[in-house]
Amino acid sequence: MKIGVLVFPGSNCDHDCRHVFQNVLGQPVEMVWHKDALPAGLDAVVIPGGFSYGDYLRTGAIARFSPVMGGVKEFAQRGGLVIGICNGFQILLEAGLLPGAMLRNRSLHFICKDVYVRVENAATPFTSACTPGQVLKIPIAHAEGNYYTDPVTLAGLQANAQVVFRYCTPDGKATADASPNGSLDNIAGIRNAEGNVLGMMPHPERCAEEMLGNEDGRLIFASMLEAVQQIKSKLSIVGS
Amino acid sequence: MKQPAPLVITKDLIAQHNLTDDEYKKIVEILGREPNLTELGMFSVMWSEHCSYKSSRVHLRKLPTTGPRVVQGPGENAGAVEIGDGLCVVFKMESHNHPSFIEPYQGAATGVGGILRDVFTMGARPIALLDSLRFGGLDTAKNRHLMRGVVAGIGGYGNCMGVPTVGGEVRFDDIYSLNPLVNVFCLGIAHKDKIFRGTAAGVGNPVIYFGSKTGRDGIHGATMASDSFDDQSEQKRPTVQVGDPFQEKLLLEACLELMANDLLVGIQDMGAAGLTSSSCEMASRAGNGIELDLTHVPRREPGMTPYELMLSESQERMLMVAKAGKENDCIRICRKWDLDVAVVGTVTGDGILRVKDQGNIVAEIPAKSLADDGPRYERPYQPPAYQDMLTNLNYDAIPDVKDANEALLSLLESPTIASKRWVYEQYDHMVRTNSIIRPGSDAAVVRIKGTNKAVAMTVDCNGRYCLLHPYEGARLAVAEAARNLVCSGAEPIGLTDCLNFGNPERPDIMWQFVLAIEGMKDACEAFQIPIVSGNVSFYNETNGLSIYPTPMLGMVGLIEEADRTMTQWFKQEGDDIILLGSSREDLGGSEYLKVIHSREQGSPPYLSLEAEKVMQECVLNLIRSGSVQSVHDCSDGGLAVALAECCLSAQDRKLGAVVKLALGRLRRDAVLFGESQSRVLLSAKRENRQVVLDQARRLGVPAEVIGAVGGNQLVIYLGDEHSTTKTVDVPLSTLHDRWADSLERMLVQE
Repeated sequence: MKIGVLVFPGSNCDHDCRHVFQNVLGQPVEMVWHKDALPAGLDAVVIPGGFSYGDYLRTGAIARFSPVMGGVKEFAQRGGLVIGICNGFQILLEAGLLPGAMLRNRSLHFICKDVYVRVENAATPFTSACTPGQVLKIPIAHAEGNYYTDPVTLAGLQANAQVVFRYCTPDGKATADASPNGSLDNIAGIRNAEGNVLGMMPHPERCAEEMLGNEDGRLIFASMLEAVQQIKSKLSIVGS
Repeated sequence: MKQPAPLVITKDLIAQHNLTDDEYKKIVEILGREPNLTELGMFSVMWSEHCSYKSSRVHLRKLPTTGPRVVQGPGENAGAVEIGDGLCVVFKMESHNHPSFIEPYQGAATGVGGILRDVFTMGARPIALLDSLRFGGLDTAKNRHLMRGVVAGIGGYGNCMGVPTVGGEVRFDDIYSLNPLVNVFCLGIAHKDKIFRGTAAGVGNPVIYFGSKTGRDGIHGATMASDSFDDQSEQKRPTVQVGDPFQEKLLLEACLELMANDLLVGIQDMGAAGLTSSSCEMASRAGNGIELDLTHVPRREPGMTPYELMLSESQERMLMVAKAGKENDCIRICRKWDLDVAVVGTVTGDGILRVKDQGNIVAEIPAKSLADDGPRYERPYQPPAYQDMLTNLNYDAIPDVKDANEALLSLLESPTIASKRWVYEQYDHMVRTNSIIRPGSDAAVVRIKGTNKAVAMTVDCNGRYCLLHPYEGARLAVAEAARNLVCSGAEPIGLTDCLNFGNPERPDIMWQFVLAIEGMKDACEAFQIPIVSGNVSFYNETNGLSIYPTPMLGMVGLIEEADRTMTQWFKQEGDDIILLGSSREDLGGSEYLKVIHSREQGSPPYLSLEAEKVMQECVLNLIRSGSVQSVHDCSDGGLAVALAECCLSAQDRKLGAVVKLALGRLRRDAVLFGESQSRVLLSAKRENRQVVLDQARRLGVPAEVIGAVGGNQLVIYLGDEHSTTKTVDVPLSTLHDRWADSLERMLVQE
């Protein structure tokens, strides 16, 4: 599986994403500068966390104009896997690849801590290694993760099982208090209607190694690996 | 070319620049003529206390700065210490007290920005930040405002940079109400043979400016930081710089890319005194001169004078000396990162810092004189008259503790001891995925990717101890910092300091400073820990009232096997709880006396450096051999608070404890809350009890099994072999409630 990790000015989880794919999962990674074209031959694109363009104006609002984003849109339209984490999720919202917007956290503070999320849809290329309803402990680190959208869009997300992760208590209850940032319907991560683009606020790359005391995040990357292998084996069957 | 029209330098002008008559005479002597206004300004910032260390230098020389691991000692942008595998840790701590009092968010933010630049200028990628903060009591709206602003500013800058703020400490005392302390520590990793230094070597090499444009902000910041405050200090707001962490992130990546491409001779950030300090210091270190042409300096607004350009402290700017012919490669990389960049000068062989603007020479000063020949003062010092009053404390007049449960709860919710969760949750402490031990244990630990190693870091100083006895207080700070590292499984390898004191022109303050240096020296020599970088912040006083002497220490330790790190919280029901060290009647200067009896008096706790060293050796052996489950140092609030912290500080699971402590001849409060040094709480599996006790006995460290982990309460019995009394019995939920959310409860008020 060949991964492209986008690098915007101000990206700061780009090295962490490269580390997980390259050193933990043993997959080749290409770092893609935002002014360059998206290279050919990628199996998945990662839009990492950080503060692209300093988060000035609005999170993700400037990054969506970067030259590389045209290629990312085409890649997604062709069915390529795209995962946006934290600032990457915000960029996907601004780019229109996912619906909705982010508000400031309910507390108005930046929050960095472990939170619990419930896997609402385990039938996605990003969650197939999880069981439905499984509770994962994954850290968040953001000031604007309070997901918001209009009622019609929300109903659509719910009806199409596009809500992939909800904030919950350690025993899996999606109560209002369990949401660290006040997000609508406790939403922590959503996918697009086609299912190949995921945005999530928690950082799975920060909990994918035993040494860091938590490997829950690894399930996300393992799922992606499996999905890519399936796509490839289907292609090879078609090709033979 | 002609000299600019001479401006008459009046006595008023000299005084406004914080220069004495003698200092001015020396300037005239160096130049062989009267300076012009630009030159006067340049001398005034370079010879300010902040830049020249004129009151401290003669004493700083006494500190031990060498050792087998030291790659770079004091005098550069940061210190560097070898950790093996061809790598070094590069670290430094710096204060941003004055700006943070005037404008807390920007003051703290630019403090973070400055220390980050000091580290990446050396060729190191910053991987950890820590902060040491001091505020007045949170019962005033002003102090709450200052704390909220400082914490938000640190987070705002560090989070955006993607450098985790992995630890620190916050202490509260009313003395800091008008002069809070914001000390920021940064550590980076560099290849030992790829350390960059601030040197302008090679006559003819181009001098290149890059980063942000120069504006009118921060002019005379260094001079402000070298002055006391009064009620008019609010008017100094324009001297505070405004930070742009996004720009700094670009600067960081551009610097590391420039350094990876073999283009540079030397590099230095434009911190205090901006273009003046970076140019004259780089020239002076190489024994060269620099000719600068201000015409090319990127600027934010038109009409800036040479005086303003040379003294601006606009943030996120760097000066590099490139290899001749490599200018275009440098410019290309800076442009890739959307930075302003311009060749602004050349290295010369005449030793002169010559500044031109629009074809005119506007300043011409020997670089070495400006950078290194500032005044040196051996200021008089003597103990203050009130010192005896502080240390003499009649314990008979203080009643022993009656309700130990309530006393413990009061201590746990006092802001200095309470959980700092409200603070560190606003800092990204996990980015870069190295944080093996997150905030909330004795030290922060980050792994070094690509090796089996990890680095532990702590910042420590008890200003009250230092007030009561500056020499003992400084020794205690070194011992505590080392103990915190050792409790995490690390061997201390280096130290940086940030010495916060009042006005050095006052003999009592200078006495505090001189004694603190002596204390640090003796302790560092005993532990063989070199001091490789540092910073002095004088004039921390407002309306004549000084802060407590606060020689803050940032200590770094090495863990050879990253999977052998240790945390402070209990791990398992049924484990033995073992106390290393012994308790004395050390109530002087304790948090208990302050919180419960409103007294900040007495002598600080007794410290034997020999006993401390042996105890630390014992703890390290036990951790390395895998014999213990948890290790926690006893400090503020003594044994009872340390026990409560062992019960409460795990993220996921709280565990109770039942212990019995020998009273001996001591007061109950001294056993529970006294702050005797060289004591460490361990927990170990029952089957390892003998291993632990044998190891301690072999080294001569007092060790005793005092109880076991388990239950839903913290229960402490006091007594002797004949009779014991249950003195503390509090449910974990109550302890947790008072300790965990205390800061947040105080800070939600307007």
